[in-house]
Amino acid sequence: MDEKLLVIEELCVDFPTEKGTIRPVNRVSLEIRKGAITGLVGESGCGKSMTARAVMNLIKKPGKMTSGRILLEGRDLGQMAAKERRMLQGKEISMIFQDPMSSLNPVMKVGKQVDEVIRLHERVDAGEAKRKTLEMFEAVGIPDPERRYDAYPHQLSGGLRQRVMIAMAMICRPKLLIADEPTTALDVTVEAQILDLMEKLREGGTSILLISHNLGVIARMCDDVYVMYAGKIVEHADVEPIFENPVHPYTKGLLRAVTSLREEEQTLETIPGNVPQLDELPTGCRFSNRCAFAGERCRTEEPVLQESGGHACACFMRI
Amino acid sequence: MKDALRRMIRANKLSLISMIVIFLLILCSILAPWLTPYGEADMDLMHRLSPPSAEHLLGTDEAGRDVLTRLLYGSRVSLMVGIVPTLLSMVIGAVLGVLAGYLGGIVDSVIMRLADIVLAFPSMLLAMVIMYTLGDGLFNVFLTLTLMNWGTVARIARAETLKLKTVDYVEAARSIGTSKWRIIRKHILPNCLPMLIVLFTLNVPSAILTESALSFLGLGIQPPSASWGLMVNTGRQYLFNAPWLSFAPSGAIMLAVLSFNFLGDGLRDALDPRLRRR
Repeated sequence: MDEKLLVIEELCVDFPTEKGTIRPVNRVSLEIRKGAITGLVGESGCGKSMTARAVMNLIKKPGKMTSGRILLEGRDLGQMAAKERRMLQGKEISMIFQDPMSSLNPVMKVGKQVDEVIRLHERVDAGEAKRKTLEMFEAVGIPDPERRYDAYPHQLSGGLRQRVMIAMAMICRPKLLIADEPTTALDVTVEAQILDLMEKLREGGTSILLISHNLGVIARMCDDVYVMYAGKIVEHADVEPIFENPVHPYTKGLLRAVTSLREEEQTLETIPGNVPQLDELPTGCRFSNRCAFAGERCRTEEPVLQESGGHACACFMRI
Repeated sequence: MKDALRRMIRANKLSLISMIVIFLLILCSILAPWLTPYGEADMDLMHRLSPPSAEHLLGTDEAGRDVLTRLLYGSRVSLMVGIVPTLLSMVIGAVLGVLAGYLGGIVDSVIMRLADIVLAFPSMLLAMVIMYTLGDGLFNVFLTLTLMNWGTVARIARAETLKLKTVDYVEAARSIGTSKWRIIRKHILPNCLPMLIVLFTLNVPSAILTESALSFLGLGIQPPSASWGLMVNTGRQYLFNAPWLSFAPSGAIMLAVLSFNFLGDGLRDALDPRLRRR
């Protein structure tokens, strides 16, 4: 269980802009254990998706991964030949995207799109590919798979499309599934079904990197959680300590900003201020300008991630 | 494809009629020698510029040739000139444009500068240069029209590709390890198709008209052979005393052009699953 499937070491992604280079992902290190669901949370624009894109080699130009290593079972993805890496994607790592509405080719039958993935990675004939696709459709809970196989994306509902996306991602039984806000575009009942499905996949042995800003989803699904702020990991621990005993002021703020049905009516707390622009970061700790506990040291020196007892946090106030 | 046709016919009656008209036009051009008792160049100087009558359904021209006969023979040239070079320039332009858009970099620069040269050069001058150096004849008209038109197609295909390149489903395809050639074939080209079909139907008429301009300058089809464009141009001089000379071929051009346009609309709707009704 403790074996590591994916290890990201000191990953940096740089984007040149007119005002100078910005770094949306700054020395991010994270690990995903085999068979675990790892969460990655943070506000919009904190670099969650960019980290996932770096793993999938999908960073848009002129952005570039400038340093760090991404290791899948010890193999360095950055050192691989382009073709080798391509063949690995879809087969060993795959990704589902945020918006199921635009992630399927509108002029191709959905069944054919799933077939494509198999035929890309395995030597199978058309009949065999179709059979596998139908099996997968069944497995991800698409009712009436025979009929859906010949449907075009616009004929399916959002939930069905996301299931097709998941079928596409899972068809080659990858070791790692990256889910970038897989339920953000869906309504709550469908969300629950999709999350159930992902839990089933995990039981089948797939590790999942679940990216979300929905703390409820993270709390329900994940084994361990990374909290990201302005391009950096600020806290990491198993899911219980994060939710019951958060250490970083940012994580505390995030948790306080969640509505609860049980509590009496009260004003929802928010974190003051906005996420800083990446070209106008405060000196010292990135969170210092919004942090209620920030002291002198926080404004001059940048804290590094320090672990104690399985709970890592980048904050001076902890010590 | 059979499905698509059936859907088109059900959804759009006009496109069915257009298809029949185009089919008939092509049939007539093939069967021309059997449909008329006169030859393409048979002159009858006693009956110059005679109005439509029972013997000459559409009258005769300035050399006493039967206008209907020349219209039938002319359709061979005009339809071929409308379809063949347009198709060629579409294929060349689409392939180059998609490659330029998808691959970017040096490939993009080279292809697009070539297209710019073609587009910046006055097209008639380009046509005249080619026709003068290679001589006239149907094949050289094809070549000229193809060279003149591929640039526009490439530009439009490139723009469409740039748009499609960043669409989520192309990224998703990349993320599962699809190679770029496969992405171009399976995702980019099929999604460019509706746009290309519309472009085709717009380019067919313009090719027919360009041929007539070339013929007018003496660079295209040589008399006594007939083409619709050539007939309109010669009829122009007799517009007031023998209007049928230019009206008949004008009508034929209009019929062909409109049919292609309607057919294009129908085809585009039928090939685009988003517009399909179940």
